[in-house]
Amino acid sequence: MADQTIEPILAKSAASGAPAIAAPVVVAVPKSRRPRGLGHLLEQEHILAGALLAPTLVILTLFIAYPFVLGIWLAVSDKVVGRPGNFVGLQNFWVNLNDTIFLRAFQNTFVYTFIATALKLALGMGAALLLNQHFRFKRIVRAGMLLPWIVPTVLSTLAWQWMFDATFSVFNWMLLNVGLISQRILWLGDGTMAMGCLILVNVWRGMPFFAITLLAGLQTVNPDLHEAAEIDGANAWQRYWRVTLPLIKPIMLVVVLFSMIATFADFQLIYVLTRGGPYSSTHVFGTYAYEIAMRAAKLGQGASISLFLFPFLLMVIVFQLWYIRRSD
Amino acid sequence: MRLDRRAFLRAAGAATGAAAVGGIPDIVAAQKAPSFPKGTKLNILEWVSFVPASDVEFKRLAAEFGKLSGVDVTVDLINMNDLNPRIASAIETKSGPDIIMMISNWPHLYADGLADVDDLAEEIASRDGAYYEHNKKVSVVNNRWKAVPLCSVPATWAYREDWFKEAGASKFPDTWDEWRKVGIALKKKNQPMGQAFGHSLGDPNNWAYSVTWGFGGSEIDQSGKVVINSKETIEAVKFTVAVWKDCLDEGGLAWDDSSNNRAYLASTISATINGASIYFVAKRQFPDIAKVTGHAHMPKGPGGRFYSIGGQGRAVMKYSKNQQVAKEFLRWFMDRPQYDKWMAANDGYVVGPTPYWEKHALWEKDPKLAPFKESVKYGRWPGYPGPPTRKASEALVKYILVDMYAQAIKGMKAEDAVKWAESELKKAYA
Repeated sequence: MADQTIEPILAKSAASGAPAIAAPVVVAVPKSRRPRGLGHLLEQEHILAGALLAPTLVILTLFIAYPFVLGIWLAVSDKVVGRPGNFVGLQNFWVNLNDTIFLRAFQNTFVYTFIATALKLALGMGAALLLNQHFRFKRIVRAGMLLPWIVPTVLSTLAWQWMFDATFSVFNWMLLNVGLISQRILWLGDGTMAMGCLILVNVWRGMPFFAITLLAGLQTVNPDLHEAAEIDGANAWQRYWRVTLPLIKPIMLVVVLFSMIATFADFQLIYVLTRGGPYSSTHVFGTYAYEIAMRAAKLGQGASISLFLFPFLLMVIVFQLWYIRRSD
Repeated sequence: MRLDRRAFLRAAGAATGAAAVGGIPDIVAAQKAPSFPKGTKLNILEWVSFVPASDVEFKRLAAEFGKLSGVDVTVDLINMNDLNPRIASAIETKSGPDIIMMISNWPHLYADGLADVDDLAEEIASRDGAYYEHNKKVSVVNNRWKAVPLCSVPATWAYREDWFKEAGASKFPDTWDEWRKVGIALKKKNQPMGQAFGHSLGDPNNWAYSVTWGFGGSEIDQSGKVVINSKETIEAVKFTVAVWKDCLDEGGLAWDDSSNNRAYLASTISATINGASIYFVAKRQFPDIAKVTGHAHMPKGPGGRFYSIGGQGRAVMKYSKNQQVAKEFLRWFMDRPQYDKWMAANDGYVVGPTPYWEKHALWEKDPKLAPFKESVKYGRWPGYPGPPTRKASEALVKYILVDMYAQAIKGMKAEDAVKWAESELKKAYA
């Protein structure tokens, strides 16, 4: 280094048992200038680590921790738009538990999430296994598979709304024309049927995410393992069950985790298709919280509906992370 | 009255103080120097109207005001569904538009974030006559005007005159009983009437509230006590269940607010409750249907004739630093020359907030629109006969009345559906 000075120092013989050297040996070694100021500070590992983490911490605090804490505060207050809220303890939660519409939304949220996630996993796995085969136009098919996932939800849901329309449904038109039904089906006119339609659209939209992510997982499986299993006499099912599945299990759990969180908190799809109707039979936490917080201006009550999600999401996350870590 | 910029600036001189008292004519008379500081801005937030010409005219008028007053006026138009979150965030952060459109009883929801506009609202009423009752009820909170009433957007029955004649009705039935008889005849000919019972914003509530009141029922009484569980309401529910099978298109449970428009224009239904938009679209795209389309009043029930009309207004936001300019704009807009043009652009879609506008030339131009003009006399607000409070809003957004009817249609006993509504309303009005 050009700016380093050389200064002689005494070097002692390191050789154990060596006789003491009478004359000192002068060795030239580079002398480093003592760093000063910011550079000096950053050379200390704990300070550098803190500096590098600071932007992330600031972002997390501002955009995740603050809204979260604010959400908790709102949920335990009687805050309405334009007025300061007062602490009311768990009163909002108690009100929710005595609200038949909320209880229906509670049930719907779980039904919607678990059925939709299970279907997305099953169909996504099937699609991933198919896409993992070699065939012509493989890349185009894989790219096309992602379309439902990348089209803005509001737009694709509006298209579904037309397909489920009570008067002009293309499904009804087809079924009537092929003679499978004699009168139209009211896809969104019955609570159970409407929930089924919502789950169908959610699966259509979310399945590609499962398929592509699981496909990426499948491609990391070493073909030698399959060959070895085949030589040992394992059939296709056994190879899938004993070789493929254990290897892609971590990625599968991560996908399920993300999907469950997103499905629990779904809003757009349901709000566009049914707005919670008919007769409040398709409300989920997200849509009902929006109606109460925004349209009735009861921010505290609305936040308490949203926060009902939190313990369940936390349990899902903790369980899955624990499971993944245990598997490792 | 015609104003160029110079005259307006002279006129607007009294804006910070005296101008607020007498309106534009007095400002003009005042002939004082302008006092809106240079660079003054005014931001207005409105819905995207279902009549595009209305938005065009409103923007033109806002620009005209800007030109005359030297104020930098901007207008933001957003979907009606998005107004609630925008208002909540504006009030909570104390920043945003200076004037925001209020729909139905929103002044009661957001009263703490709205400036008082008593002087302006009363000045307009003293000039044009008293506001319709529903316009006043939704705008006055604790005896203070929190919004300047703008208009009503009523929904009457749009119906096929030709089909009704064929079914034996030379005019639209005046009572619910007569209505049912014609409805039965029409449905037998595969020409049912249509009504939504889902969770869309307007149409389902139009039936639920109007029919409940028409049969003599109501959510609450004047003191706010829940009185829904009455024999009148039970009759209204029984009637609805009966006509659902006899007279109405049974797709209604799955309908949104645009389904009936499409069904009517596709000639799959013979009548439906709607704003004038069906007729406007028919005139442009389906002239044959427009020719045989008439408009008629909500039939009378044992309790009378009612419409569920919240009305619309414009509020000056409490946080606004330009309240005086905002009020000046509203004063100018509500003045006859400007309002006349805006109402003409709406072509019958809106009805003015005072009886003065019943004399507008557009009503003479197309007599088919007359029921819209008259409907406001029968207009009632959410929570009627009680006040349109935030509790009434909670009942509305929970669709309690709509779901009472919808559940009965799906097979729940009328008495049980009303009991369910009673228990939900007691929580909403607690």
